[in-house]
Amino acid sequence: MAFGRAINRGLHRALTDDPKVLLMGEDIGALGGVFRITDGLLEEFGPERVVDTPLAESGIVGTAVGLAMRGYRPVVEIQFDGFVYPAFDQIVANLAKLRARTQGRVAMPVTIRIPFGGGIGSPEHHSESPEAYFLHTPGLRVVSPSSPQDGHDMIRAAIASDDPVVYLEPKRCYHDKGEVDLDAVPGPLTTGTVLRPGRDVTVVAYGPMVRTALQAAEVAAEEGVEVELIDLRSLSPLDTGLVECSVRRTGRLVVTHEASRTGGLGAELVATVAERAFHWLEAPPVRVTGLDIPYPPAKLEHVHLPDLDRVLDGIDRVMGRPNALDSVDAFAAPQTAEQFLAEHAAGKEAR
Amino acid sequence: MTDVDLSTEAASPPTCPPDQLQVLDAAGVRRPQPELDPWLGDVDEAMLARLHRDMTVIRRLDTEATHLQRQGELALWPPLLGQEASQVGSALALRGADVVFPSYRENGVALLRGVEALDLLRVWRGSTFSGWDPATTGVATQQLIIGAQALHAVGYAMGVVRDRSDAATIVYFGDGATSQGDVNEAMIFAASYQAPVVFLCQNNHWAISEPVRLQSRRHIADRPWGFGIPSLRVDGNDVLAVLAATRRAVERAAAGGGPTFVETVTYRMGPHTTADDPTRYQAPEELEAWRRRDPIDRLEAHLESLGAEVEAVRAESATAADALAADVRAALALLTEAAPDSVFEHVYAEPHQELERQRRELALHLTQFEGGGQE
Repeated sequence: MAFGRAINRGLHRALTDDPKVLLMGEDIGALGGVFRITDGLLEEFGPERVVDTPLAESGIVGTAVGLAMRGYRPVVEIQFDGFVYPAFDQIVANLAKLRARTQGRVAMPVTIRIPFGGGIGSPEHHSESPEAYFLHTPGLRVVSPSSPQDGHDMIRAAIASDDPVVYLEPKRCYHDKGEVDLDAVPGPLTTGTVLRPGRDVTVVAYGPMVRTALQAAEVAAEEGVEVELIDLRSLSPLDTGLVECSVRRTGRLVVTHEASRTGGLGAELVATVAERAFHWLEAPPVRVTGLDIPYPPAKLEHVHLPDLDRVLDGIDRVMGRPNALDSVDAFAAPQTAEQFLAEHAAGKEAR
Repeated sequence: MTDVDLSTEAASPPTCPPDQLQVLDAAGVRRPQPELDPWLGDVDEAMLARLHRDMTVIRRLDTEATHLQRQGELALWPPLLGQEASQVGSALALRGADVVFPSYRENGVALLRGVEALDLLRVWRGSTFSGWDPATTGVATQQLIIGAQALHAVGYAMGVVRDRSDAATIVYFGDGATSQGDVNEAMIFAASYQAPVVFLCQNNHWAISEPVRLQSRRHIADRPWGFGIPSLRVDGNDVLAVLAATRRAVERAAAGGGPTFVETVTYRMGPHTTADDPTRYQAPEELEAWRRRDPIDRLEAHLESLGAEVEAVRAESATAADALAADVRAALALLTEAAPDSVFEHVYAEPHQELERQRRELALHLTQFEGGGQE
């Protein structure tokens, strides 16, 4: 079953099981969503439960907050990652805080589905990775599935949660296929999983980067490096315990995500491992991430997105093997890129 | 009662909107007002005395809270002085199951809907963000993000429709909030889904220091017509006009007629909050002009015009106000603050491992100090 279809089946199941569940969003009715994730649900559940909304993201989330106050469990679709910002105030200032504000009297069982990430050749605002904004916000849970089975199970668990959940769908994986047990009992939303055990280096990925990381693990294995691959699944809370345990065995850590590096999830995870597992580290941890740039035009997105080679290069670096940054002194004062490239072209040692 | 003028079919603005609908003129004399009179059939002297008492009590709450702020008992207070008719008239128009979505200034409305005065003051003391249970009081937690609650009210009303209930939802906001995207989006959603919502805008002429003309070049009540929402513009210092207009809007919502917008034209006679200094931006003569339109004075003049025993009404209101003030003072003296660990309690419904870790870390930190955290 395709990833997108698995999410569709999860939504179908939630609508069937709980009459308080309803879906809201732009174009989710007759069209079935721009990615067809809600395909067929309007016909089956009717316009009171599959609600096409005006084109106003703050309005969508704000009315979902009101519906939750009335006892409903709204599942909101934000059409693309880059369109969530008009709703940012309602998410951060109200959705995330209402439970604490009311001392637990008002629950906010709202799920916000966001197709996120790049790699599909989209125009601006259609390829972003906004997870850091949300995992920095107390009161929210943030999750991202990487497989059809998780796509199905985690949307059901997110809807069943009494906390607001930002559910990030790796849009470039919508057509990935995999076995899906539709009757599986959804596990906890809070844990990561080891997709591949290995003793040499811990690679941490989530959402769209899991596929790339798996490929990297396979290639690395051919070169004699055993990668332990962790799929985080949950970004808030982070399953830091799982990562710590793994790093205590491997002594090496690579974290990879599409999102920009500064202030990102990789920074959080590396800092946590440095605090809690410093003495087990054999090498400085490495982040393989998107660049600190506005998401580039489609023809240049490959420059931004971490690909197989960049993940492998990160693995080489923590393994102490030859890698792109060998000639760079990490402690040297920063140069302008022009100076650096000029010196490099002149054949000078960068250090 | 018919609803001809406000039917959705008539969704175009009046070419020349009346300045504002009044029931009581400036001298307190009741004038015929066909737009509002049908909703005032039960008004008698006892009802007028009740309105007087409620306005006096919330004014006393306001005065008392302002004093308590000056004495250091409260961190801040947003006064409602001058807006008593708008708050009392609209609150008394509501029925049992109707639900209020207030901003931070509707302390009078909340009190009249059954929220304990102490629960209001605890918020402004800085003890809690919400002192009461929205489910039992029908009053949502007050909203400090300007206009954000308008969307919550509409969403709640969308749920009411799905529940086949006839409850109405009323959202309070000020003139400043009408510039917010959320209030405009709320009108769009309410109109599209015909949600049973009353938009109650207290135009008190000031958004902190910014005059209403900065928010809107036309009457605020003109704007909803563009969204397909009928509106009423009433004298917000005329408690009967506010009562009738809100009743009319609530009745329309409950009958499935959709949203209505009510602008009550009033005046904030005090500061924005106790931290504000209106003398920096407000002309004294303007304030003086509005003092002469005091809503309680207007009602007393009306009682006099009816030959009622105004002194007796005033005395009874004062007794109720004194009782509230005494109760509040006594209750505040007994207040204790929450334990440090409580800050972790309701962030999530289900356990969050990182937060649990921080909770343990803080507990360990505090055990280093005798007395559990008091240095």
